[in-house]
Amino acid sequence: MYNKTEDIELRLLLEAIYRRYHYDFRGYSMASVKRRLTQAQERFDCRSFSMLQDRVLHDPTLLPELLSFLTVQVSELFRDPSYFKAIREQVVPHLRTYPSLKVWVAGCSAGEELYSLAILMREEGLEDRTMFYGTDINPDALRRAEAGVFDLERMSLFTENHRRSGGKSSLSDYYTAGYGAAVFDKSLRRRAVFSDHSLVTDTVFAEVQLVSCRNVLIYFDRELQDRAVGLFKDSLIRKGFLGLGAKESLRFSQHADAFTEFSRESRIYQKRGTA
Amino acid sequence: MSTSSVEAVVIGASAGALEALSAFLPTLPKDYALPVMIVVHLPPDKNSVMADLLKSKCKIDVREAEDKEPIRAATVYLAPPDYHLLVEPDKRLSLSSDDPVHFSRPSIDVLFESAADAYGPGLVGLVLTGGSSDGANGLRAVHQAGGQALVQDPATANVPLMPQSALEACPSARVMSLPEITTFLNHLVQPA
Repeated sequence: MYNKTEDIELRLLLEAIYRRYHYDFRGYSMASVKRRLTQAQERFDCRSFSMLQDRVLHDPTLLPELLSFLTVQVSELFRDPSYFKAIREQVVPHLRTYPSLKVWVAGCSAGEELYSLAILMREEGLEDRTMFYGTDINPDALRRAEAGVFDLERMSLFTENHRRSGGKSSLSDYYTAGYGAAVFDKSLRRRAVFSDHSLVTDTVFAEVQLVSCRNVLIYFDRELQDRAVGLFKDSLIRKGFLGLGAKESLRFSQHADAFTEFSRESRIYQKRGTA
Repeated sequence: MSTSSVEAVVIGASAGALEALSAFLPTLPKDYALPVMIVVHLPPDKNSVMADLLKSKCKIDVREAEDKEPIRAATVYLAPPDYHLLVEPDKRLSLSSDDPVHFSRPSIDVLFESAADAYGPGLVGLVLTGGSSDGANGLRAVHQAGGQALVQDPATANVPLMPQSALEACPSARVMSLPEITTFLNHLVQPA
């Protein structure tokens, strides 16, 4: 293989991050991790991954920024409007039958997905009986999610997404604009808990009716994907729902049998009553 | 000069892509001995008809790439709209929703650089028509890893900027017309 040395250095760097800080990226898709760490290497003026390893082992203050290189994703409110439309039109009628609801957004990053679901549930009159859990491994992302502040210039895209998702209100009802930022209404996160949780190393923490985990599994290798989906399976009640990204599926998962395809087009799965 | 045999082909195309790809993909046999991974810049309205269009014209199997699927010969994999397509070191495909590169997702550079890592000298990289500089860094990476770098002759390209940029970044790339590309790809693998 081309440049084997760099490959060795990459593996050793991930091992070092794991042993020193207990963040485990060893089961991530290596091609993406390498791209991201190459950017980090440039940012920290390091000539090699070995040099970056030396820096991060001896200087814990580097860790937060390095974590951001490795984990942060810029998403959108109501990204893939057809997904939210399917949740609204097909999943919500089932959710209505429960007296209380728990929704888990796994890998919530800066909270775009959780705010989208909170708005949707308010529009559908289910907000008052719902608890939202947003989890991520990046403390900085969790802080941003908690703050609920997004770039004002992205609001036209988010507004259009929301409209196409079948939104029943105006997105501008939910934020105040000022100083180039859109600050989302605090009441939207009244029933939200943002917390540190790793799909790689942590376990089940709640019994939920809906898990939304989109464009997270593509960053994992097969084995880790199986672990995460197993966690979702064990967290979901019978007949609970799992929403994945537009190009993710359970087709090759070892847990495929525990789910049925609820909406093939929107990548929404339902846990079997017998699983 | 490398003597290792070719294991895979990666192609990047933007404006004018369908016409250029239609010139040679339909000539590849159903049992073509290599996998072909392609990034085409598409308007981000997410509903790709490119795979269906090409599929209807080709003998070789054409499909949209799926995350973590093992790469197989005699298959053309297209990057899905709004996702980067990468090759993992274990020769599986993976998708990512990382930020656009050169305003593009999928990006040609992302595919070419990851494929260069995975295949090294066993890779052929080809940059076709387009109005972007995406693919230039990627083609250089293919060349630096010992692979073969090709560009569509800018003089014959529908939009010359992209092959031109690739040629500037990778001056040793071979310049070919579409008929030459057709011959080249069909003769990459000699019958045993």
